[in-house]
Amino acid sequence: MLGRLSFADIPLDVPILVGTFMGVAIVGIAVLGLITYYGKWGYLWKEWFTSVDHKRLAVMYIVLALVALFRGFADAIMMRSQLALAYAGNPGYLPPHHYDQIFSAHGTIMIFFLAMAFMTGLFNFIVPLQIGARDVAFPFLNNLSFWMTAVAFILVNISLFIGEFSQCGWLAYPPLSEMQFSPGVGVDYYIWAIQISGVGTLLTGVNFFVTIVKMRAPGMTWMKMPVFTWTALCSSVLIMVSFPVLTVAVALLGLDRYFGMHFFTNDGGGNQMLYLNLIWAWGHPEVYILIIPAFGVFSEVVPAFSGKPLFGYATMVYATCAIMVLSFVVWVHHFFTMGAGADVNAFFGIMTMIISIPTGVKLFNWLFTMYKGRVQFHATMYWAVGFMITFTIGGMTGVMMAIPAADFVLHNSLFLIAHFHNVIIGGVYFGYICGMNFWFPKVFGFKLNETWGKRAFWFWFVGFYVAFMPLYVLGFEGMTRRLNHYDNPEWYPWLLVAEVGAVLILFGIVCQLTQLYVSVRDRNLVENRDLTGDPWNGRSLEWSTSSPPPPYNFAIVPHVHELDAYWHDKENGIDTRHAGGPYQPIHMPKNTVGGIAVGVLSLVLGFAAVWYIWWLAVIALVGIFATVIARSANQDVDYYIPAEEVARIENEHTRKLMAQAAE
Amino acid sequence: MAQDTTLNDAHAEHEHHELPTVFGFWVYLMTDCIIFGSLFAVFAVLHDQFNGGPTGKELFEISGLALETALLLISSITYGFGMIAAHKGQIKSVQMWLGLTFLLGLGFVFLEVREFAGMIAEGAGPDRSAFLSAFFTLVSTHGLHVSCGLVWIITLIVQLSGVSAISERMMNKLTMLSLFWHFLDIVWICVFTYVYLASMI
Repeated sequence: MLGRLSFADIPLDVPILVGTFMGVAIVGIAVLGLITYYGKWGYLWKEWFTSVDHKRLAVMYIVLALVALFRGFADAIMMRSQLALAYAGNPGYLPPHHYDQIFSAHGTIMIFFLAMAFMTGLFNFIVPLQIGARDVAFPFLNNLSFWMTAVAFILVNISLFIGEFSQCGWLAYPPLSEMQFSPGVGVDYYIWAIQISGVGTLLTGVNFFVTIVKMRAPGMTWMKMPVFTWTALCSSVLIMVSFPVLTVAVALLGLDRYFGMHFFTNDGGGNQMLYLNLIWAWGHPEVYILIIPAFGVFSEVVPAFSGKPLFGYATMVYATCAIMVLSFVVWVHHFFTMGAGADVNAFFGIMTMIISIPTGVKLFNWLFTMYKGRVQFHATMYWAVGFMITFTIGGMTGVMMAIPAADFVLHNSLFLIAHFHNVIIGGVYFGYICGMNFWFPKVFGFKLNETWGKRAFWFWFVGFYVAFMPLYVLGFEGMTRRLNHYDNPEWYPWLLVAEVGAVLILFGIVCQLTQLYVSVRDRNLVENRDLTGDPWNGRSLEWSTSSPPPPYNFAIVPHVHELDAYWHDKENGIDTRHAGGPYQPIHMPKNTVGGIAVGVLSLVLGFAAVWYIWWLAVIALVGIFATVIARSANQDVDYYIPAEEVARIENEHTRKLMAQAAE
Repeated sequence: MAQDTTLNDAHAEHEHHELPTVFGFWVYLMTDCIIFGSLFAVFAVLHDQFNGGPTGKELFEISGLALETALLLISSITYGFGMIAAHKGQIKSVQMWLGLTFLLGLGFVFLEVREFAGMIAEGAGPDRSAFLSAFFTLVSTHGLHVSCGLVWIITLIVQLSGVSAISERMMNKLTMLSLFWHFLDIVWICVFTYVYLASMI
């Protein structure tokens, strides 16, 4: 009846998990209780869960990303604490079985549910506004994508309390991840979580590609597109080309496990290196999927706080496209040790080094944008400058590892761990948080507190160096990744320093939470309110709407004359909003329960398949088909906002603008 | 001037309101194409890993394959006639052609399942060797796509009954299914030549 699920699979014998479960249960019940007490279920359902508004979905994505950050960081600090303890005979507090699940979950969660969700959140909020569109091309699919991502994250967290998670690292290399060596449910949880969230991500890629190609405001030619939109476009292309390969790689691993096939097994003619090639043909573009939008954020932030247009717009666009293409011809550098021979390794090594050229172009563009500008050292700008320094160091260690001969020494050592955290924290994370600080007033109508923002930055910045520079040293000293305990006295002090760094980063996260709390508390103070919709004297179209923007974004779709469309309009006294109308009724998509229904059914399907509860899996699968067919038959999918309503909202904003100008 | 722009905008918006659907589906199909591309690559790597088991030459039968191929190719033609009828607005005729396409597709799936069942009965199932794992996965991924296409055809036949005219949205759906169906035909031609014929030479 319940497949291989039994009461014994609930890890009551692991005190850490029981404690965590109690904590999650108490917080969960408190949150649910508060929602019920304040009668907010209907509001959440109507305004958020079933919403197809890209702005609402953006906020939900970023909330999901922040929750994933807590989970992923909790894993991180547990690992650092284990290694600060588990020296010279001391086993530490995490047995290998548990420790291996933690590093696997840490990587999986940080990439798929923190970084990808945060990135998709930024896309959702900014891209339609920057191109002067009223929504994305496929609002229903957008909602569906969110729920697929969210339920996949829930599935990963269910594995914490029912059964176990994968112990094979974040990419589940075979043959370790095969049935022969990992007979438990851990790898199956991993497979289903990746596949479900992969569907969401793929649809997001298609959605934003089509949105950007087809729905730009009149006059916005390719070379008048804001750089963030360019990066979103390149990132979407990478998603569309690489995620299907991930789907195939993980599906084949699943077939090996579920049907005893022989793609990657030791016997039967299987080939493990085939899996590595497939997974990295996705995995390398994936890191560019994440970093390219971060480049886009900096390309918006640096000009805004330097009071200058971006230096070298065209080169920025070409550099982005070059990185997009090059990211497909470097994947073998993840396994130079495979033994492909000197010629193959030399090709991939050189290709990898070549990527640093367009990346360097970008860095110089940002530096020249700041050069002789009126740079305001706002908290947002701190993240940008911190990025430039940190990412450059991370890039240089990357070039070091691109030398195949050096890589034979550094492969799978902590040097590698230090390198990719250097570019992912210093690049991706700093970039997304920079973007959050920058666009927050647009989303909610008030600014984030700067003092706490700067504190958060300093803790993160210093914490990063303290936590990861020792890892470079440890890599040179020969410490490999994923060690549970060790007895080398030379490593011990460096691991203690790294633990201190992790604690500093913890303070950074606490400061970020405080920043959010303080900002919400002080949201009505005059200096924090954003009444104009343009708090930073911005350049692109998103700043021409009110903050938060109306549901339809633009009452009258703007005409784009120049790059930096809104700046051009401000300079030339053109009213981008066409305040006063005349307004027309606006065609909008209706909310849908389809997305959340398919999401929840996918969660049931995934869970049932992990535990071999086949009857339930079949019901869920039939349910998914039925929901999609019912959605296809539904004629009632859109509505019109009447012209009078549009006029009322727009006049209200005009009145605020006038009052602001009069002050 | 302002009046002018507004009208143009309204026009422009109306114009690209329905277009992205079919374009988006095209783009989706290209991602599907990459799925098949990856599976072909996997087959290319594993095609000679027989593990002492049967080879393609011993397993594949050309006569059944020819029939399968014929059914699928003809079903593309019948779908094409369905689209012509749809453009003329002849709903009954569209349903008839779609029904015919469905039967041909069903015949294809039936033959494929029979072939698979025969191979498994002979002990040449997907767990026999890496070659057979790659073969079954690639071919049945195509077969699953065809089966989903069959469900989609039935859905549209049902949705078409009881309507008096073919709406723009319905036309989009028919066009997308058409793209999907022809795409599967193209994939099958690659499967037929690269997996079957190349194994038998």
